[in-house]
Amino acid sequence: MSTRLASGGRFLNRDRAVEFRFNGKRLAGYEGDTLASALLANDQMMIGRSFKYHRPRGVVASGAEEPNGLVNLGEGARFEPNQRVTTTELFDGLQATSQNHWPSLEFDVGALNTHLARFLPAGFYYKMFMYPRAFWKHIYEPFIRMSAGLGKAPKERDADTYEHFHAFADVLVIGGGIAGLTAALEAGKSGARVIVLEQTAHWGGRALVDAPGIGGKPAADWVKNAVQDLEKMDNVTIRTRTMGAGVYDHGYALGYERLTDHQPEVSGPRHRLWRIRARQIITATGAIERPLSFAGNDLPGVVLASAVRDYAVNFGVSVGDRTVVVTNNDDAYRTALALRDAGLVVPAIIDARTQASGPLPEQARAAGIRVLTGMGVAKVKGSRRVTGVAVCAQAGEGAVLEEIGCDCVAMSGGWSPVVHLWSHCGGKLTWDADQAMFRPDAARAPTGADAQPFVIAAGTANGHLRTAEVIADATEAGRAAARAVGGRVRATRAVAATDEDEAAMAPVWLMPQGAGIALRMKAWLDYQNDVKVSDVQLAAREGYESVEHAKRYTTLGMATDQGKLSNINGLAVLSQALNAEIPQVGITTFRPPYTPISMGAITGAARGALFQPVRQTPIHGWHIDNGADFEPVGQWRRPFAFPRAGETVHDAVTREILNTRSNVGLLDASTLGKLIVKGPDAGHFLDMLYTNVMSTLAVGKCRYGLMCSENGFLIDDGVVARIDDDTWLCHTTTGGAERIHGHMEDWLQCEWWDWQVYVANVTEQFAQIAVVGPNARKVLEKLGGMDVSKQTLPFMQWADGTLAGIPARVFRISFSGELSYEVAVPASQGRAFWDAALEAGAEFGIMPYGTEGLHVLRAEKGFIMIGDETDGTVIPQDLGLGWAISKKKSDYLGKRGQERSHMADPNRWKLVGLETLDGSVIEDGAYAIGEGVNDNGQRNTVGRVTSTYFSPTLGRGIAMGLVLHGPDRMGEVITLTRTGGGSVQARIVDPVFYDKAGEKQDV
Amino acid sequence: MLTLTCPYCGVAADETELQAGGEAHLKRFGPGASDDEFEGYLFVRENPKGVHFERWRHAYGCGKWFLAARCTVTLEVFGTYPAQSKEPPAHIRKAITAKRPGWTWREFA
Repeated sequence: MSTRLASGGRFLNRDRAVEFRFNGKRLAGYEGDTLASALLANDQMMIGRSFKYHRPRGVVASGAEEPNGLVNLGEGARFEPNQRVTTTELFDGLQATSQNHWPSLEFDVGALNTHLARFLPAGFYYKMFMYPRAFWKHIYEPFIRMSAGLGKAPKERDADTYEHFHAFADVLVIGGGIAGLTAALEAGKSGARVIVLEQTAHWGGRALVDAPGIGGKPAADWVKNAVQDLEKMDNVTIRTRTMGAGVYDHGYALGYERLTDHQPEVSGPRHRLWRIRARQIITATGAIERPLSFAGNDLPGVVLASAVRDYAVNFGVSVGDRTVVVTNNDDAYRTALALRDAGLVVPAIIDARTQASGPLPEQARAAGIRVLTGMGVAKVKGSRRVTGVAVCAQAGEGAVLEEIGCDCVAMSGGWSPVVHLWSHCGGKLTWDADQAMFRPDAARAPTGADAQPFVIAAGTANGHLRTAEVIADATEAGRAAARAVGGRVRATRAVAATDEDEAAMAPVWLMPQGAGIALRMKAWLDYQNDVKVSDVQLAAREGYESVEHAKRYTTLGMATDQGKLSNINGLAVLSQALNAEIPQVGITTFRPPYTPISMGAITGAARGALFQPVRQTPIHGWHIDNGADFEPVGQWRRPFAFPRAGETVHDAVTREILNTRSNVGLLDASTLGKLIVKGPDAGHFLDMLYTNVMSTLAVGKCRYGLMCSENGFLIDDGVVARIDDDTWLCHTTTGGAERIHGHMEDWLQCEWWDWQVYVANVTEQFAQIAVVGPNARKVLEKLGGMDVSKQTLPFMQWADGTLAGIPARVFRISFSGELSYEVAVPASQGRAFWDAALEAGAEFGIMPYGTEGLHVLRAEKGFIMIGDETDGTVIPQDLGLGWAISKKKSDYLGKRGQERSHMADPNRWKLVGLETLDGSVIEDGAYAIGEGVNDNGQRNTVGRVTSTYFSPTLGRGIAMGLVLHGPDRMGEVITLTRTGGGSVQARIVDPVFYDKAGEKQDV
Repeated sequence: MLTLTCPYCGVAADETELQAGGEAHLKRFGPGASDDEFEGYLFVRENPKGVHFERWRHAYGCGKWFLAARCTVTLEVFGTYPAQSKEPPAHIRKAITAKRPGWTWREFA
């Protein structure tokens, strides 16, 4: 059983016990524990169930690479699934539950899948769920959805806060082990600005577990001094609990700092995302030990040899009382020796190599540990945890020579440098056959804007496994980075280091090498996604020769751990199955982040009200005070309607419309885009931008205009006013102001740069208030200050003046069909004008109306709305707007596009009005049904509804839609869809439902 | 996350400050153009593995459009220059030739 040792544990504070819960059970650990070490100390070997077969699983590693130890952490608004127990620091009150099982961890129905394993091979989904097609929706999809996903998504809003931090560095060092500290010291001494990130809570990395001598001192002392030296340097910033998450173009890097995960009682942001621009990046990210592929290598109790050692030395925890070490290298002997030193039993070291004669094996033999060379594990015994191993000859097919009882198997298949961050931005790898590892190829480093390398791998991450080599390599890396950023480097002797010599490792990709199918089906490669040796071999047999294809077919390396333990082993199995060399098969792409980072960290402060700025008009406060029902329009919030006490929103809309038609309404139209276009060539420029002619517009007059993209599609519309000889004011849609401003700038800067035109976006400089309805003139006359009579200010003209003592520009334009004045006043006086208009209008029945009223009023008049009648595929000709397209102009943006055969096709759907026979309101997005069916057996459609409303003015449903040959079919009845079945019949009519002659707006 | 230097304000701008605008040096075809010419102008784009010319706008800076010559493979930036250029300026072309002898891109070399 796994337990706490009486002594040891260099991270522990044994004076402080910590209480936590796992699946509701109250357990105790110490300050300094990770959740993994604390669970092991409580003999909680089984921590979760595997994804596909629901097999019992326990921790296999001690760090970020852990594939099995995933739990739900926290509760309610702090619930988070898939948290790795190995990187979760223990704190008082921690609550964790195991995942992927039902009804309980110990008894799980899904575990039946393990017996179905032979029916669930690689590519099972692709093969099983193809036929019959009728099963897709109601049988296969629910099944897949039920089985998909690991852990549960949080249901509540995240209670924590997060933040972003922008930082700049000459040299960013990722990794705070021996290599990272060495490189940082070198770079720091040169005067360069240095940032050092270490993902764990401790400096020094794994080296301290094995305690080599560095610079004539114990490694721990050297690390302590190095950190102190770095802290003294003003030009150096160091951070623990901060993972280098990704390396991107031109020296951009992400750091992920976990501030309060280990101390939830502390206030402040939980995570901080460091957005770093670095001139040079040193990846001193160490290496990860590889598992060995033998049958039963996924049982709780089979743990990486280095992790067994970590738990003993760092946390004073023994994974088992009797540990069999299985290895292909000398390093794993350190585990046997460490366990022996801790007073535990190591019945045997099973070494796949035919010889083991280096200093470490000799030390093991001298300590009385039995060393079996040329041997392998045929099979691990046990069902929910290890009870023993069956030993066989590595060269054979798995005939069992003896069985050894044990409760822990410490395995080591050699080491893989962590090349992720090197590779994120294009760093290439080279295959080191001697050490059977991919290592960074310095000749093909990621390059920056100046084509010079900006990433340097250092130490173990660069393929150096010996401490002396690590220090020499990291010293040179630190100096090279310093030189690259112009730092002063003084050549001094690199620090010396001592550790035991190691003999060569021997690659072992399958144990035993001739294992039959029964063993291969139990030899796991990817623990988290349940991919076995047999799956990868099947993929190769079925033709998935590309490593990227085999990965996706088998899901190898696609789980949340991204194959940190499995990729190289899987690749080796694939290359053997393909009878190719490993470097020829290649490796899958490494993508950031290195380990999952929280969504909260990515979001930072951009949540809730800060997610995006909400734009408010000068009258917004009044809208809030008067109970407006808001809707988002672009980044603005506009009142949809102003419901009164006892009214529904629909009631309010109806009241507002009827009142506007019969008395007078007031609309806050301040969001309307207002662009000043000025200069000697402004008229010419606008003639190119609008489909109609704007240069001939007389000063003082207004004209409605359409703007198209070069494709010919309608992109915006609005009223243009000629202000003076070389100045025009272009109104755009609310959502279009910035876009159309950008559109104008683009053409002016990039195509017609010799034209003398200046554009200014003055949208927010003015409040614009529409006074609309038969009594509108009376209201303005009462406000007083300027002549607003029909004679002085007729329809489609504008005038400057004063209203209620406020300087105003009054446009006689109408989007409702009523007598209408749009009054622009300085933004600072918008609210004052609004209040004055309400007061003056009281006796004439004035009421504000919202955007829904605006929409219905315009639809009753058959006016189009950008975004309703248009969707990026509609040209003005489709909408019966030919009258607004100049025939005389030789060119405008979109003219050539509209001449294309498809745009001139008489079968394009065209705009008409629709009136239901029964007066009901057609559903949004309804389709007009045609004859026959298409190739997919679906009914053909001959049109679609673009706007549909209940018209209070007409007391019935009205709609506009694009219909095949619509304008030629006036009076015909067509059938429209209804969701949930049924249909509705509607007559094709003129889209102008109200005041067809346009008399009411021109009075 | 590229960094490009705006040739107008001289700022080495992070990609988050910039708006990408697609390919540079397009020749506009309007009314009177053949279908092929118009198709080429609207839709046909280079997709090079290597030297490329692009439009960028310093959208959250000075607001100016500029052009960038860079390598799509290595992310090397050969230079940036004003949008008011009918062709890559000589010093940009020279810089590219120094790094990528024999390069061609549309009608430029």
